[in-house]
Amino acid sequence: MTDTSRPRGGYIQRDRGWHPPAYHPGYKTSVTRSPQKALLSLPTTLSEETGPVFSQSIIGPRDNDLLHNHAADGESAIGSRILVYGQVRDQSGRGLPATLVEVWQANAGGRYRHQKETYLAPLDPNFGGCGRCLTDAQGYYEFRSVLPGPYPWPNGVNDWRPSHIHFSLFGEAFAQRLITQMYFEGDPLIWKCPIVNTIPSRQAIEDLIAPLDLNASIPMDTLAYRFDITLRGRRQTYFENRPEGL
Amino acid sequence: MPQSLNYLNESPSQTAGPYVHIGCTPNFSGINGLYREDPGSIMLNEKTLGDRISIRGGVYDGMGVPLKDALVEIWQADAAGLYASAEETRGQSDPNFSGWGRSPGDMESGEFVFETIRPGPVPYPDGRIQAPHITFWIVARGINTGLHTRLYFDDEQAANAQDPILSRIEQRQRLDTLIAKSESSGVYRFDIHLQGPEETVFFDM
Repeated sequence: MTDTSRPRGGYIQRDRGWHPPAYHPGYKTSVTRSPQKALLSLPTTLSEETGPVFSQSIIGPRDNDLLHNHAADGESAIGSRILVYGQVRDQSGRGLPATLVEVWQANAGGRYRHQKETYLAPLDPNFGGCGRCLTDAQGYYEFRSVLPGPYPWPNGVNDWRPSHIHFSLFGEAFAQRLITQMYFEGDPLIWKCPIVNTIPSRQAIEDLIAPLDLNASIPMDTLAYRFDITLRGRRQTYFENRPEGL
Repeated sequence: MPQSLNYLNESPSQTAGPYVHIGCTPNFSGINGLYREDPGSIMLNEKTLGDRISIRGGVYDGMGVPLKDALVEIWQADAAGLYASAEETRGQSDPNFSGWGRSPGDMESGEFVFETIRPGPVPYPDGRIQAPHITFWIVARGINTGLHTRLYFDDEQAANAQDPILSRIEQRQRLDTLIAKSESSGVYRFDIHLQGPEETVFFDM
């Protein structure tokens, strides 16, 4: 009898009506960067059911501490201190261990450390805005940072991004590869943002809003937000349709 | 009410935005001292088995303008057709090959380059053999969900003709968008067109 404790079938097809459509004129850059022909839908093969492995040896001790990983000795980034944690799991609810989580964000003033960035808010010399970690055996990750500031961006004449953190996720298979953004509970800019509003449903948007978790907060030190991430799951069965003789 | 299936919804995708390089290739972005090297910048070493190849190309928008803020990743089998993955059950892949590459593109031109090896053949779920191919994943500002495509080789005509995925492409003239062109020995060009008459075939797999 084969091990049935974890699913081994092909990956469940991505629900394209749940994700933002490629073409969304409210987000102007999508207009010329969106494929117009239908995607070719096919079951996953080994090429999508495998994915890269990342070793703990590449992860430095401060990689998940954005308060300090770009700071001078004895100093730290300016801003509201936050801890972000959560579980990376698949659609069956199974925690995904040892998977790489990469994050990047603006500083507390809403400024990115990037040469194309033009916002007048100042850089923080002690803040790089980038971090990473591997999930633990149950799929949990955590990192420390500052609350990113909102910032204006050229789309409409007065569009602002809500406070957000970018997440890049791998999972166990390239079929699960995902980049998304985390938003913060209670931010009024979430519902006015053209990028957020590329997502068709309110329910799906709410899946990207991290609640404040006072129980996980560190008294007199750091507020915590919990952000769980769900990657594609696999079908539960081994059975696959195949022609006779193959 | 019947029992609940209890599947969770996948987290919805959001664009990687204009600053994806900060998070994914910080050294390229000028944020130095955090990571020893940018992830995915080196796929092989001198002991890696297989034929060395270079793959270069650009990502173009619907007006034919090259993107300079894209992030391109590739995933491929080793020379024997095995993946360097915990999910690989057919055997041990080449320990000197990661199979995964990531390029922020050139600062000026936006062109990506991958120094890798020619991948071996990988079976399709029904047992047929797929032509040698490399999976591509493209994210950028203005791309709401990462785009998935595949590179095949123009000097693998016999294998391409038998490939179970290439055979599924209805508009045969679009097949060409998935074929990398050999420019010189071991150097291939693979341009990705997000939109327009040359639009690349993108997959939902």
